[in-house]
Amino acid sequence: MKLKIAILLGGLALVSAVFAADPPKSNSASSSAETAVITNSTTSAERNREDADTIRAEGEKRFRANCSRCHAAPHKFPPRMMATIVRHMRVRATITDADMRYILSYMTQ
Amino acid sequence: MKSSLFEVKLHPKRLKVFSAVASVSILLCLAPSLLFAQISDDERPIPILTGNVGYFTTVDRGNAQLAPEINPVLLLPLGNRWLVEARAGFEGEFERENSNGPYKGVVSKDIDYLQADYIANRYVTVTAGRFLTPFGIYNERLYPIWIRSLHEVPLIFGLGPESSDGAMLRGGFSVTSKANLNYAAYFSTNSTVNKFESDRSTGGRIGFFFPGSRVEVGASWQKELQEERTNAFGFHFAWQPTRAPLNLRSEYVRSHNGSGYWVEGAYRFSEVPFWRGVMRRTEFVTRMQQFFVGEASNEEADQYGLPHGNVRQPDFGLNYYLHDGLKASASYGRWLGTKNWNVWTMGIAYRFALPLGPSGAR
Repeated sequence: MKLKIAILLGGLALVSAVFAADPPKSNSASSSAETAVITNSTTSAERNREDADTIRAEGEKRFRANCSRCHAAPHKFPPRMMATIVRHMRVRATITDADMRYILSYMTQ
Repeated sequence: MKSSLFEVKLHPKRLKVFSAVASVSILLCLAPSLLFAQISDDERPIPILTGNVGYFTTVDRGNAQLAPEINPVLLLPLGNRWLVEARAGFEGEFERENSNGPYKGVVSKDIDYLQADYIANRYVTVTAGRFLTPFGIYNERLYPIWIRSLHEVPLIFGLGPESSDGAMLRGGFSVTSKANLNYAAYFSTNSTVNKFESDRSTGGRIGFFFPGSRVEVGASWQKELQEERTNAFGFHFAWQPTRAPLNLRSEYVRSHNGSGYWVEGAYRFSEVPFWRGVMRRTEFVTRMQQFFVGEASNEEADQYGLPHGNVRQPDFGLNYYLHDGLKASASYGRWLGTKNWNVWTMGIAYRFALPLGPSGAR
């Protein structure tokens, strides 16, 4: 029984690792904006206003869809606190990686 | 009661297979992390002390009970992928002695979770330690007093295990542009260590969230691997309509110890055209719940906080959000069992968050 559980968990980890090594390609406006968020952590100052507005709107949308399901909207914390809180919520509420990055971007702007 | 986790002898060939699978899995989980970009110093997470404090008064069958509580949460991020998190609970229960004497009671001290999380990749987070058992949605997501809409936990709350000691894989990712999948699978060992008690069990939860319609549906399962080796399963549903400030949630659980459901709706008066300043901070909550007794003895029911018989209970409540994280609550419920009585609750809850390091400019 234990062996079956170990193999099951191992298989799950293996499949996830294979998926991670081959991330899905962007195929929509949303996913191109997603790519922008993923890369914006180091280049946010260089982004134009239009991109920033798109990301902010998408971040707010994802915040309302994910966070507001359980609790009232908190005020915005300083960026480094928010980074910890969002990491905690990613684990606790199984928020997707992309949602986490959008929400972090929205909550720190 | 004693665990047999480490007593099982594996055949040498099986042991080799097991070791190989485990090694390859761990390597493949860790390797993708090298592909991810580093984050800037301005966004590097810092340790945080957060949590909630609250003070509630409950009048149940005419007896007043005072319940102060504090639940500190420590979040300790390490590097880009690790998070150590812990939550303790200090919950008091004070009642009058002989109905009119001085208030006396006890303060229970618990460690709800003390876990290390490794975000292996966008699909998997590996958790080890003591964690909240991923069964349904209430225990993991809605339990903190500053989050829950009604102070009283649902009647079926005791049907699922609160905490487990062991390891867990969990994560959430998009399966299509319109649907996200979230999952958790765990194994818990038997522990009788003080404050770290748990049963030997395995189980998991799977859910689908549709961000467009803000609907989540999911199912949970748990198998005890000791004593009577019972199964428990549950279903959950949540919907937050985009057109109204309404939040609907429900759970159904069936287990050896009983079964039941709760359905809860919370409506924020943010769209009411008068007294806007007050109404947008006010929330009306109603919950209907039912519990059906199972195989548990009265002693076991007391241990798990379950009713001794079949019960229905409608609840109505009002929450007023004075400030971010500060909430005043009042509710009324009617216990409908072999005897009927009123349950009144009133109190206040506050969520705090303190940085334990330079938090960066806003």
